[in-house]
Amino acid sequence: MDRTCLPTELVVKKREENVTAAIAGVGYTPLYKESNRSVLDLAAEACAGALEDAGMAASEVDGIASFMVMHDSVPCQAVATSLGVPELSIALDIDLGGQAPCYLVWLAANLINAGAVNSVLIFRAMNGRSANRVGTMEFAGMGGQFRYPIGYDAYLMYVAMWGQRFLYETGQGELDLAGVVLNQRQYAVENERAVRRRPLDLDGYLAEPMVVDPYRADDCTVEVDGACAVLVTSLERARDLRRPPVVVASGAYRAGSRPGLDIGDHLMWADYTRNYTSVLAKDLFGRAGITPGDVEMAEIYDCFSSTVLIGLEGLGLVERGQSGAFVREGNTRLDGALPTNTHGGLLSEGYLHGMNTVTEAVLQVQGRAGTRQSPRHEICAVTSGAMMDGSALVLTADR
Amino acid sequence: MANRPVPDVQSASFWEGLTNHEVIVERCNDCAIDFFPHLPTCPRCGGRNLVDRVVPGRGRVYSWVRVHRALSDEPAVQPPYAVGTIELDDGCRMFGRIEPHEAAAIGLEVTPRFIDHDGWTELAFQPSSS
Repeated sequence: MDRTCLPTELVVKKREENVTAAIAGVGYTPLYKESNRSVLDLAAEACAGALEDAGMAASEVDGIASFMVMHDSVPCQAVATSLGVPELSIALDIDLGGQAPCYLVWLAANLINAGAVNSVLIFRAMNGRSANRVGTMEFAGMGGQFRYPIGYDAYLMYVAMWGQRFLYETGQGELDLAGVVLNQRQYAVENERAVRRRPLDLDGYLAEPMVVDPYRADDCTVEVDGACAVLVTSLERARDLRRPPVVVASGAYRAGSRPGLDIGDHLMWADYTRNYTSVLAKDLFGRAGITPGDVEMAEIYDCFSSTVLIGLEGLGLVERGQSGAFVREGNTRLDGALPTNTHGGLLSEGYLHGMNTVTEAVLQVQGRAGTRQSPRHEICAVTSGAMMDGSALVLTADR
Repeated sequence: MANRPVPDVQSASFWEGLTNHEVIVERCNDCAIDFFPHLPTCPRCGGRNLVDRVVPGRGRVYSWVRVHRALSDEPAVQPPYAVGTIELDDGCRMFGRIEPHEAAAIGLEVTPRFIDHDGWTELAFQPSSS
């Protein structure tokens, strides 16, 4: 068929080679114990906030992506309707939890680079404390029958099961978990958005009762109502917007071998001491053209304290078995070698399911984090997820 | 929360086996491996030359958690209790309560303890020496 007769407006413009995507803005709602607002209201505020932050009109958005667990949020189409987005080329609703944020940014960046879409809002919105609590909801899937009837019935327990084996095999313990908790609490004191800002010392931590070995309450994220969002667009477009572009230098998602029957099923996962970060690290850093030693700061997904240690070791940012000492010696503080979880993490800022791990990375790379700003912030590693599958990004300043 | 299992087509023989106080895993005749949970195909070769196989259910604790405080609104079990990932001698892993919970430890050798509930049987584990 002769295609030269097609109307020119139907011919997709050929993209320039090596178009690069960037994050151009972030938006948040306040974090609530009980929002008394609809999830759509929260989502729309966070997305509108990201647009306002970047200085882009909703009419320019042509893609929205989000994730939810057990239908605890609203679909992208609802946000498009609420914001008055004229048309969507991408509406990506994904049935995942904390594995999703970096994954969605990476997918959006690739779709932008492929010319499929121009500007994508990515959000997580939830009444995660007052309504649908991810930590204790019963996940659909074939694996639940082997867990729920015997009281193995909360996500916290699954990550604790991994944490217990991880600490045992790597010769680490409760003081190493305490190091993560105390370090992140110190950051949260500087973060007005954080839910847990009460100063905490080692004696205070150790005095708390166990919830599920090896976790005390402060080893666990604090559930909240709220939302946050990022805007991803081409680097070229981002350079014309209000904020410094945050370049999506690299990304990766991995589900390792035999990732299970549902998001809580880990019966066939061979090694509880290594999660997806071990599987994707080489690809992540290779694609960015850097080594782990080049990373200046990190935002590591932390639904629970041990997840930070497994993540630091899995990415190769710290040697196996050394992450606890690394944190205890102050290396993840602002004046340390690798400032990490500078918002206080999900442990102290609150559980926006790791979307706020990405937004914090953006604020840091842009140099906008105020009193908790990392002095070295041009190359940041970010992760999403705790167990069999997850994703990561390398975000960099525009150089 | 589900306080009793809802078997599916794949898992029905496992739960039925427990009511007879037998531990049934799935075996791929082509790969000569046992696996659990039951799947429509072998997780190694993807084949369907599968049979149910009764195993002794002995093994050791790969990891464990002790629950001090109920986290769900309608807990199936009252704390304190321990749940382990048990690695059976044939390589399969299963989740099960460890009783007594004070005994839970990585590497502990365990044997099955069948607990009959109304309408289903739970596979728990106890120290082999007891």
